[in-house]
Amino acid sequence: MTIKQTLSMEMMKQDFPILKRLINNKEIIYLDSAASSQKPQIVIDTIKNFYENTNANIHRGVYKLSEEATIAYEEAHKKVADLINANPNEIIFTSGTTASINLLAYSLGKELKQGDEIVLTELEHHSNLVPWQQLAKEKKLKLSFIKVKEDLTLDLEHAKQLINSNTKIVASTHVSNAIGTLIPVKELAKLAHEVKAYYIVDGAQSVPHMKVDVKDLDVDFLAFSGHKMLGPTGIGALYGKRELLEKISPFMYGGDMISEVTWEDSTWNELPMKFEAGTPNIAGGIGFGVAAEYLKAADPEKIHAHTKDLAEYARDRLNSIQGVTVYGPTNSENRSNIVSFNIEGIHAHDVASILDKEGVCVRGGHHCAMPLMTKLNLQGTVRASFYLYNSYDDIENLVLAVEKAKQVFNK
Amino acid sequence: MIDKNQITEVSLTEEQEMYKENVLDHFKNPRNFGTLLDCKKEKGLNPLCGDQIELFVKLNNNKIEDIKFNGKGCAISQASASLLTEHIKNKDLNEVKQVNEEKIKELLGIPISYMRIKCANLSLKTLKKITGE
Ligand SMILES: Cc1ncc(COP(=O)(O)O)c(C=O)c1O
Repeated sequence: MTIKQTLSMEMMKQDFPILKRLINNKEIIYLDSAASSQKPQIVIDTIKNFYENTNANIHRGVYKLSEEATIAYEEAHKKVADLINANPNEIIFTSGTTASINLLAYSLGKELKQGDEIVLTELEHHSNLVPWQQLAKEKKLKLSFIKVKEDLTLDLEHAKQLINSNTKIVASTHVSNAIGTLIPVKELAKLAHEVKAYYIVDGAQSVPHMKVDVKDLDVDFLAFSGHKMLGPTGIGALYGKRELLEKISPFMYGGDMISEVTWEDSTWNELPMKFEAGTPNIAGGIGFGVAAEYLKAADPEKIHAHTKDLAEYARDRLNSIQGVTVYGPTNSENRSNIVSFNIEGIHAHDVASILDKEGVCVRGGHHCAMPLMTKLNLQGTVRASFYLYNSYDDIENLVLAVEKAKQVFNK
Repeated sequence: MIDKNQITEVSLTEEQEMYKENVLDHFKNPRNFGTLLDCKKEKGLNPLCGDQIELFVKLNNNKIEDIKFNGKGCAISQASASLLTEHIKNKDLNEVKQVNEEKIKELLGIPISYMRIKCANLSLKTLKKITGE
């Protein structure tokens, strides 16, 4: 085993004030960025500064404060757009991935009729499953799931069988938050477009960690969350190709999203306002923009290389512990920054509780992917996810904590 | 690199405090584990851990004549089910209705963190469905 020090990401750790905190006199070993990432000082300062110096509603006032707030909020769209190679008017700010997908289920759902088909994968987070499932029930649509193979990668042959001329929507995650599988989104985009279906990607786990270029991947819609990519909670985005966003119906009606209103009817504002009804999360949006800028400067390709190296090293170390099973694709090419594992005879939540006592923050459970866990015959897994502020030392701590869990349970 | 020796020297007490021998024993060798026929039964689910409990209660003259549970999940949920069934078996229903979260914590005898209370309480919540509270 060789340790590849890909880059001095660890230097960046200093940008994250929370990681200086001690709990029970121990450093925080934060390995749960897939649930929510920590925030760099610059994002925290941006939000504080907004409320201290700029706060006002946007698009409404003509005074200086409102103008500054409006410019900052619009700039934020541009920064997020730059990160994924989109145009600023193709970026709709939402409260996060879940809201983005629900928006689509509503707006695209309006176009669907009985007998139309929606194709998902077995790797979806509940937030890219339940909205479609409920839409399908309501409208009598057919819902099917592309299988994962024995090696926990997506079965593209099965995808080809499922996607047909009745398919109107194909939606998949980019990276499985439960077991870390990377999905071949470019291939799925091709398959979906061959039958003129929309292709939607849940980028909650990919946009924070790797280069995601919506033009290169040719996805129609991409949903992601600010809080998993160094930004604040309560803000995220939906990217959509401009011609599609212009075509589909708005999801929420109200102020800001209209162009003209009479007693009888209304017309819609231009993009992205058409989809941003009401006073948005202004401070959050501005913080989100700064987070996107920070990520771009750190270079998503380097972040991917760094977090993947850490994950590979963690897999090796955990695999060498007796009684530990590591899940995920057998082929390293299909793996990401997420390592899912179990210790024989100990429930994932008990492992997580013991690791917590060692200062190691991991997630234990079904990771909002209950049908997948049932299919794999697992009650849950322990998940360690790595980000730019993590280091090889963190993995040593993880390994020691896992040994300790075994001792506590006399394994 | 961190000093491994320094870390392994840290005593286990805190974790052991959390998973005391008694709790681990009830987890590994659950009492009243199984099913009953011709009885009242209810299921409980804890979406946080994915814990599952099914309780089977046979009442006779307002007394818990027999009780069994089935399930899978984390040590805290399963041990507390085992401890609870042991505690209320052969007890009068009125007495059983007095059992509350505090009692469960007392039976477990370990500190339960805020996030784990749901695990500890799962069997109690399921029992309450049967006793009709
Ligand atoms: C793959 C995936 N999709 C969707 C979500 C939901 O994101 P949010 O809770 O920010 O809406 C998550 C986060 O848990 C995720 O990992």
